[in-house]
Amino acid sequence: MMFGELRKLRRKTLLIPTLIGVALLTAFFTSFVFLRVETGKPNGARGVLITNEFLSGKNGLVYGFQIMGFFLGIVALCVFASQTAQEYSLGTLRNILVRQPSRLKVLLGKYFAMAFFTIWLEIAAAIFALSISFALAPRSAISTRAWLTASGLQLLGETFINIFLGTLAFGTLGMILGLLFRSPITSISIGVLWCLILENILGAVISSTTKWLPGANFANISQGGTSIISYQRSLATSGSYLLFGAIVVAILFKKRDVSN
Amino acid sequence: MSNLAISVSELSKVYGDRQAVSQASFEVPVGSICGFVGPNGSGKTTTMRMLLGLIKPTHGTGSVLGENIKHPEKYLSQVGAMIEGPAFYPALSGAENLRVLASIGGFSQKRVATLLEQVGLGDRGDSKYKTYSLGMKQRLGIAAALLPQPKLLVLDEPTNGLDPSGIQEIRNLIKEMAKSGTSIFVSSHLLSELEMISDHLVMLREGKVLFTGRTDDLLAAQNPLLVVKPEFAVDLNRLVEIATKHGKKATVLDGSITIFGAVDWAPSFNRLAFEAGITLSGLSVIQPSLEETFFEMTGE
Repeated sequence: MMFGELRKLRRKTLLIPTLIGVALLTAFFTSFVFLRVETGKPNGARGVLITNEFLSGKNGLVYGFQIMGFFLGIVALCVFASQTAQEYSLGTLRNILVRQPSRLKVLLGKYFAMAFFTIWLEIAAAIFALSISFALAPRSAISTRAWLTASGLQLLGETFINIFLGTLAFGTLGMILGLLFRSPITSISIGVLWCLILENILGAVISSTTKWLPGANFANISQGGTSIISYQRSLATSGSYLLFGAIVVAILFKKRDVSN
Repeated sequence: MSNLAISVSELSKVYGDRQAVSQASFEVPVGSICGFVGPNGSGKTTTMRMLLGLIKPTHGTGSVLGENIKHPEKYLSQVGAMIEGPAFYPALSGAENLRVLASIGGFSQKRVATLLEQVGLGDRGDSKYKTYSLGMKQRLGIAAALLPQPKLLVLDEPTNGLDPSGIQEIRNLIKEMAKSGTSIFVSSHLLSELEMISDHLVMLREGKVLFTGRTDDLLAAQNPLLVVKPEFAVDLNRLVEIATKHGKKATVLDGSITIFGAVDWAPSFNRLAFEAGITLSGLSVIQPSLEETFFEMTGE
């Protein structure tokens, strides 16, 4: 099942636009941080001022990549949701289930294939972000000496794992929505609207809700935790939400008639 | 193994307050070509979906290739199916679509090229599915059904959208598959096609089985028909009136009228038409086709 799903994921019409989108977003955010560092104006995530000294430390290597974590998550949400829901809208689910009647194997195969796809997407984002960071650092007189030290590379590894987990969490939410709504447009709209808009409004109105909102917790995993929500808390909260959602949709997927 | 490819007993499926299939019982012998006929909405596709494990019966039991339909994983690796038309990924080529299904089912990728040739898509295998005509999509659906080298082939309207030569090719393909020992369960609204290839029939109406058995037995049991052609087409309705007045059921079809169950009445009808001033240009007795039998039995 996984190899069949990978064949679909590597199709040019999905792969190339996704890679271009990731490359453009990475280029935009990373460039923004590095090119505005000398202006003294906010240049980081959520209007934070990132200084030359900060970027000259080991964090400078991963900062641009880290900002992309959230957007990679949104991309994963869209890909997981569309790849899952389109089996219903195209009617291809019946072909799959006739060839692989174990519905849980179908779900797991799809999930692992999309997780694998996420890793490749993240590697691409990391390459773009790091290349742009190295290219723009001299222009803003940012020292890259600390970037390639052992602790700098360790931070890169940790950031990669955190972004992968955060992105996978967004993707899992996308798959859950895809299985629930069985329509790519509906599931993507609801997922993106919730994570990008509704959570931000809720968080702005009642700040304490941020600790409990799924999208905020997924993004927090990508960031490696913050002073507001710890990494461990986000892992536990996100894991609980996703486990509950996954159990519900797995039962639905197993029991539902495939009548389209 | 049982000598039945399919056997169902009192199979039912209820959606809310709608009875899609009602206590259907029938058998399909191994190696046979069994036609599955019924008007739209009679429950054919629902029955096929139950046989393939896509939906669960509300009531009743069944077996496919000797295995209970509650455990489709035990028999689906030997079953090829195309249900409710072909469904593939538009952005992938025909060959890629088959490779995806071969990966999922664990079948050899080498079969893809052979199957594309077999269904006449050898030169279009690398074209995207979304560029295919309806007939080509249908052929790809049949190729996908043949992937597992099936012992049982379940085809739902396989000739939809095909031109006459395409229909003939599919007919020949089905016959070849049956010759090689594959059992075939095929639904079609082209009853003349099914009459040409089916040795068994299951006839469904409003979810209930009207007939199940050998095609020959069904047709032999039907009363011959009287087909009458007037010299002038304007007399068709008057001939129907004469037949109806004498208690016979008659319908107009292609410039003739068909009178059911009235073979012995032919001389009398000829005389009545003559007395009414109608000249007949043809009067013949024919054995009813499957289509006519179907309409007679379903009252459509």
